[in-house]
Amino acid sequence: MTQFSTDSQRRTDVCVLGGGIVGLAVALGLQRNGLSVTILDEGDIALRASRGNFGLVWVQGKGDTLPEYAAISRLSAKLWANHALRLKEATGIDIQLQQRGGLFLCLSEQELSQRHAMLTRMQKTAAGDYPFKTLDLQQLREFIPEAGPEVAGATWGPEDGHLNPLFYLRAMTEQFLQRGGTIDNSGKVSKIEPTDSGFTLSSDSGQWHGDQIVLAAGLGNRDLAPHVGLSAPLVPNRGQVLICERVKPFLNYPTGHVRQTNEGTLQLGDSKEDVGFDSGTTSDIIAKIAHRASQMFPLLRDVRLIRAWGALRVMTPDGYPLYEASQQYPGAYLVTCHSGVTLGALHEGPIADWIANDRTELPLEVFNAKRFTL
Amino acid sequence: MPNALPFKRLPTNKAEWVTVYIEGQPVKVRQGDSAAAAVLAAGLQPSRTTVVSGSGRAPYCLMGVCFECLLQIDGVENVQGCMTPAREGMQIMSQKQARQLNNSKPSDLKPTDLKNSHIKNEDTAV
Amino acid sequence: MNTPEYDLVIIGAGPAGMSAATTASSHGLKVAILDEQAAPGGQIYRSISSPAIANESILGADYYHGRTLLSAMRYAKVDYFPSSSVWTVSPELLISFSKAGKSSQIKAKKLLIATGAQERPVPFLGWTLPGVMSCGAAQILLKSSGLIPSGPLVLAGSGPLLLLIAAQLNRAGVEIEAILDTTPKGRYLKSLRHLPAALRNLPLLLKGVGLLIELKRAGVRYINNAAQLKALPDDTGLLTKLQFKTGEATDTFNCKTLLVHQGVVPNVQLTRALQLEHQWDELQQCWKPTLDSWGESSQAGIFVAGDSSGIAGARAAEYMGELTARRIAQQLDKLSQETLLLKTAKTGRLLQQQQAIRPFLDALYQPADEFLKPSDETLVCRCEEVTAGQIRSMVAQGCTGPNQTKAFSRAGMGPCQGRLCGLTVAQIIANERQVTVSEVGYYQIRTPIKPLTIGELADLAE
Repeated sequence: MTQFSTDSQRRTDVCVLGGGIVGLAVALGLQRNGLSVTILDEGDIALRASRGNFGLVWVQGKGDTLPEYAAISRLSAKLWANHALRLKEATGIDIQLQQRGGLFLCLSEQELSQRHAMLTRMQKTAAGDYPFKTLDLQQLREFIPEAGPEVAGATWGPEDGHLNPLFYLRAMTEQFLQRGGTIDNSGKVSKIEPTDSGFTLSSDSGQWHGDQIVLAAGLGNRDLAPHVGLSAPLVPNRGQVLICERVKPFLNYPTGHVRQTNEGTLQLGDSKEDVGFDSGTTSDIIAKIAHRASQMFPLLRDVRLIRAWGALRVMTPDGYPLYEASQQYPGAYLVTCHSGVTLGALHEGPIADWIANDRTELPLEVFNAKRFTL
Repeated sequence: MPNALPFKRLPTNKAEWVTVYIEGQPVKVRQGDSAAAAVLAAGLQPSRTTVVSGSGRAPYCLMGVCFECLLQIDGVENVQGCMTPAREGMQIMSQKQARQLNNSKPSDLKPTDLKNSHIKNEDTAV
Repeated sequence: MNTPEYDLVIIGAGPAGMSAATTASSHGLKVAILDEQAAPGGQIYRSISSPAIANESILGADYYHGRTLLSAMRYAKVDYFPSSSVWTVSPELLISFSKAGKSSQIKAKKLLIATGAQERPVPFLGWTLPGVMSCGAAQILLKSSGLIPSGPLVLAGSGPLLLLIAAQLNRAGVEIEAILDTTPKGRYLKSLRHLPAALRNLPLLLKGVGLLIELKRAGVRYINNAAQLKALPDDTGLLTKLQFKTGEATDTFNCKTLLVHQGVVPNVQLTRALQLEHQWDELQQCWKPTLDSWGESSQAGIFVAGDSSGIAGARAAEYMGELTARRIAQQLDKLSQETLLLKTAKTGRLLQQQQAIRPFLDALYQPADEFLKPSDETLVCRCEEVTAGQIRSMVAQGCTGPNQTKAFSRAGMGPCQGRLCGLTVAQIIANERQVTVSEVGYYQIRTPIKPLTIGELADLAE
């Protein structure tokens, strides 16, 4: 919504740059801390990772080389039920969160044993507190009888789940506006100037003043971070997603490559490509995704594809998030990751609290960008 | 069961006539009719119910645009009726809300199971 | 796998596609024409290779003109692929299409998109009821099956096709309860300034007047200024009545079939999916691709001709197809620039004559506001069942364009892929925000532009 407000109204406690899943979750948490928040966002067409993602609340295998990442992912998964409940109470929107466990199917014995080894290592690092199971095909079919004969097996993570990412986006938008927040949809920020009392932002719609700012603009952070003495060495990583027609429910658990939504549509995905800022689709990749999905679940061969899209993941060189406060310009924060859904409850909770109170018990020092320059 | 007033046929040029089965009832249609036209000729309305609310729908545009004429044809659900030429012996049923995926894996199908699906289509393709 | 390569691939075998194919092959180009229908002709000449109706006076001479195009294409050297649905085209002009449940690919040096028009969505209360159908649908049933709708029959809407189908049904002996003309009062006056230009195509103008006279002579009830249409169901959920207003008075007709029409708009699904540049046509109230005078789009090598380039009718499409094909032949060095100009001069003039009548027709038959920006309770997205009111409330929440309302409501996510709601949703958003439709934009159309099965797609990877 474009607000044509007077200059004094263009002053706010916190300006959040980016109105996607990450920005909105942080903004809600800041409002919960009693702060007034304005979100500066782009219009109808933009690089929208939040509208293109797969909707998994996913824990298993995340952070195999960084235990702190495994820990915050699991923490977020635990906070999720409450986050979803509060959104529903406030807006009436059921974001269809289900956390009954998730499966990662492997098409070869080699892939399955590598995955088993990785999860075992993570379990050891977590001193045994890392639940998972490795299933052969027969065991897998107890969960999903439709698994195909070419499947070697799967790993099972009881803490995994999924939700409807578009309803999530909508519910957060509604709650944010209910609480008096402002969203400026012509707010693509071109300049950030630190001032004595905070920051002045220049956007397409004019100027905004915030005592604090949060950079949550996904790939846009790359250009924004240097304005406030931060760096965000992000690269786009394209994932192509296939959406099929609605069918009656058959897939009771989300998997790493295929999930069925509450509406009945099937989502097929998990391709990874480095193709710059091209968010298109290519017939060879979507064919590969279709091929793999139909190996996993042969009955998918009959299902009709309705649309496919490419979305750009927001990736750091090591794939882990960036959470960093500017040393040079206190009050400026950077929050960026490629798992905005999984980490949504964390962002609304402890991450927003960290920004509001400037202290946290989370091990955030491992998530600053210095790790890429050392 | 066909329930609505059927569309009537004007005198037509000579052509083959084929028998299709609409909800099990044999109906003679002209070669060149689409499955959606056959449904209208038989008076089957609604020919589908929607996925969201279950409300009744019938063919609307007949040119492949609107997807209102989705039917179950020869056991395959959600087929665009207006884009499917009628063939001798074709089994046409109304589409009831979301489709049910067939649980039997293609590899488990015996050759006899296929007699009503693709193989036959190839034989009679024009 | 060896992918066949063509000088020119044409998508759509309507008048533009057929005439382009014939012309291009006469210049020695290797041509393929892909069409999703089982027989050539497009919608206007649907089933022209085997018309169903015995009595040729019912559809009239304009329809059978299609035979000329058809026989010309038959004698030309053209690879014709019927029942072939194109589902994606890569920027390198690799074309993927589905035929009989199997996907294939061919490559093109040049691509001509001639995918024609679709009828404009006509949202009003009850337009989803079984029994409500588009005028174009009724005409397709006549052409390819000789089927006539069950009565009582009412037609409602605005535009030349409404009169044409009414006249054709009347000739076929079908009883018509009434024709409700929804053209708003002021339109006749507004369109008058375009009349002088329209006189350049006097024959067509007279044809329109002739249809009206024909219907009046036959005693068909013709009601002007009909508004606020509301289709009502019986207790089994089928159409039984049409309620409407003329001025202050409310009236109803019993009907089992209601044929509706508010003009046609370019089919932009493929041109949008290819992310070609588009522009909003204020007079025609629709999007069309931005083209140069030869039909070349913003992406070099991709051309658009016929109604998918902007509505101008069947004859104009035929001329455009020919002009574009010659331009492509010239680009591929099959003829010189001078020969091109020489060979296209006459057709160019004929095309201009056809186009001269459009501003008059477009101004006259611009749909009434109630069909462009329907009432809150009206369904706009038939697939996902989203109402105009829901779209409006999302705009109030801050949605600025159709892609945001799509994400929030699923409007546009169903199997028709936004074909029947895209224009309406954008118009509603523009009206609520008090900005132009051009500023609001359109859905980002995704691959595949026609659904195909996962198995079919998967087989391409093997």
